[in-house]
Amino acid sequence: MDAFMKDGLAGDTITFDLASDPVRALNAELHDPSGKVYEVLHPAGAHAVAAGIDRGITVDVRGHAGYYAAGMNDGGIVTIHGNAGTGVAENMMSGTVRVTGDASQSAGATAHGGLLVIGGSASMRCGISMKGVDIVVGGSVGSMSAFMAQAGRMVVCGDAGDGLGDSIYEARLYVRGTVGTLGADCVEKPMRDEHRAELAELLAAADLDHDPGGFRRYGSARRLYHFTSEHSGSY
Amino acid sequence: MDAAQRGLRESATFDRATIAGIQHAAASGVYDIRGWGAKRALPHFDDLLFLGASMSRYPLEGYRERCDTDVVLGARHAKYPLHLETPVTIAGMSFGALSGQAKEALGRGAGEVGTSTTTGDGGMTPEERDQSKTLVYQYLPSRYGMNPTDLRKADAIEVVLGQGAKPGGGGMLLGQKISDRVAGMRTLPAGIDQRSACRHPDWTGPDDLAIKILELREITDWEKPIYVKVGATRTYYDVKLAVAAGADVVVVDGMQGGTAATQDVFIEHVGIPTLAAIPQAVQALRELGQHRHGVQLIVSGGIRTGADVAKAMALGADAVAIGTAALIALGDNDPRYAAEYEALGSAAGYYDDFQDGRDPAGITTQDPELSARLDPVRAGKRLVNYLRVLTMEAQTIARACGKSHVQHLEPEDLVALTIEAAAMARVPLAGTDWIPGRER
Repeated sequence: MDAFMKDGLAGDTITFDLASDPVRALNAELHDPSGKVYEVLHPAGAHAVAAGIDRGITVDVRGHAGYYAAGMNDGGIVTIHGNAGTGVAENMMSGTVRVTGDASQSAGATAHGGLLVIGGSASMRCGISMKGVDIVVGGSVGSMSAFMAQAGRMVVCGDAGDGLGDSIYEARLYVRGTVGTLGADCVEKPMRDEHRAELAELLAAADLDHDPGGFRRYGSARRLYHFTSEHSGSY
Repeated sequence: MDAAQRGLRESATFDRATIAGIQHAAASGVYDIRGWGAKRALPHFDDLLFLGASMSRYPLEGYRERCDTDVVLGARHAKYPLHLETPVTIAGMSFGALSGQAKEALGRGAGEVGTSTTTGDGGMTPEERDQSKTLVYQYLPSRYGMNPTDLRKADAIEVVLGQGAKPGGGGMLLGQKISDRVAGMRTLPAGIDQRSACRHPDWTGPDDLAIKILELREITDWEKPIYVKVGATRTYYDVKLAVAAGADVVVVDGMQGGTAATQDVFIEHVGIPTLAAIPQAVQALRELGQHRHGVQLIVSGGIRTGADVAKAMALGADAVAIGTAALIALGDNDPRYAAEYEALGSAAGYYDDFQDGRDPAGITTQDPELSARLDPVRAGKRLVNYLRVLTMEAQTIARACGKSHVQHLEPEDLVALTIEAAAMARVPLAGTDWIPGRER
């Protein structure tokens, strides 16, 4: 344990200080954990922090993380107390990833499951190719968010940029503010009781108390599910 | 009396295939999507010949003196590099594009001869993992079926930027092949025409790729070799950037490389021939001090014979990958299904409608009845035979050139039959010392 600092016995918080400990040592420990609760200090924008967790351990990252923080998370409870770089929680399978600040591009990209909560705003391509994850963004999302979104739910409490849900498949999108433009084959759909109910659950999971009635729902018109030259103007 | 005997003249510009293409577009309003690779004549390995040993070089005795064929891939950073017994590997082909039986047969065949097989755009099936001794897991823009559990089960990871049949294009799988199982693996509704993304969703450019590769290494604890696969276009620059991004192995797929479903216009008009790509890749690796020492080069696109294997390696490849040829070995385009190919509007030896899902040989289909025609054990055995023939043929040539390992073959063993091939392969025109484009 020379390479990193461990406080006390299993059950206590185990601390890594990335000012001196390499990310490799952190991730090696998280992949074969001797404890259940971890704290990461001075991430200073390091990449792949807490990537590849495969069980229900808790990790608090105190500061800003670089690319692919909590990448491919499968069961971990990871909180980034700061901003996150590109691809936070990319390809998450299960668990929860929270970012208290803002997230850069491709937050939650291709994620299959779990919950990603971004307290601030997310940049372009939030939820790109999402495959079942739930994403709740307290602020706004940039353009081309939910591009080719296959499954899962995305909640945007602020505004969405241009091209929302371009070429979307079966994901459901909820936006409280304005939408710049809708992408190809993405349309507004009626909010029914079941949608308000699932939205209320998602907001509660993210500790947000917005009225579900203030959101609009978007999804696929399913007009591009089969190739035909008549739709060539849509692409 | 046929058309030529009647004095009719076919247009070289508007030949019958071109006319049929126009008629099809006009009638259907849909461009032609098909399988296979480029069908046009291209400068290829056939345009090269070996200079066997005689007075100035000393040959090795066939069947008696050793000529090794093993290859180590990915030792640059990975804790567990691959050690293959033959340099002929099986290229990425998806479950979805291929039947489960075909994937199993590929795994069985590759495993028995000690080489690797590769997943495709659609994820890893348990059957494929079980039947493949050494399995390379593709990391594609769509990320269909991508998950960390399978990532850890893989023996190597191949980050796919493109393929030779369609550099710059994403995958396609038409609705007739999206069975419930295929749809489930890809998290898509069954029966839709599925288009894969052509760009990765969470990185753009080589600087990002370096961080992506770092992440993949971190997730898998630096155990597995990481390949980067590119379709052959600006190969010199792509290889340099792939190495700079941290690739352990670079895979270059020429335009003859096959596909399960791509627009014909894409297959025939985008990318460069395999022959032209190899010297570019080798030059890039040499300039970086990586050729034959650090980063390995795998070449694919039109490998058919042991001569092709030997020529690719003489030009500088460390290994090759086969796709179309492997499917033919399994039973694709078998004349025994001639009548059924005819009924589909094709013929044995011409069948390329891999997108269609009605393959009589049971290979490029998800139809349970058609798939059941392919016995994975017997088809795997045919692949074993074919891979052994390829390896022995390459050894035959290597021994004739005096090499005790097929990797010892070198450009100096080659000459070209055409000026085009000489210029692309950067070897002299036969009987001369002239390499077009190089100062004498």
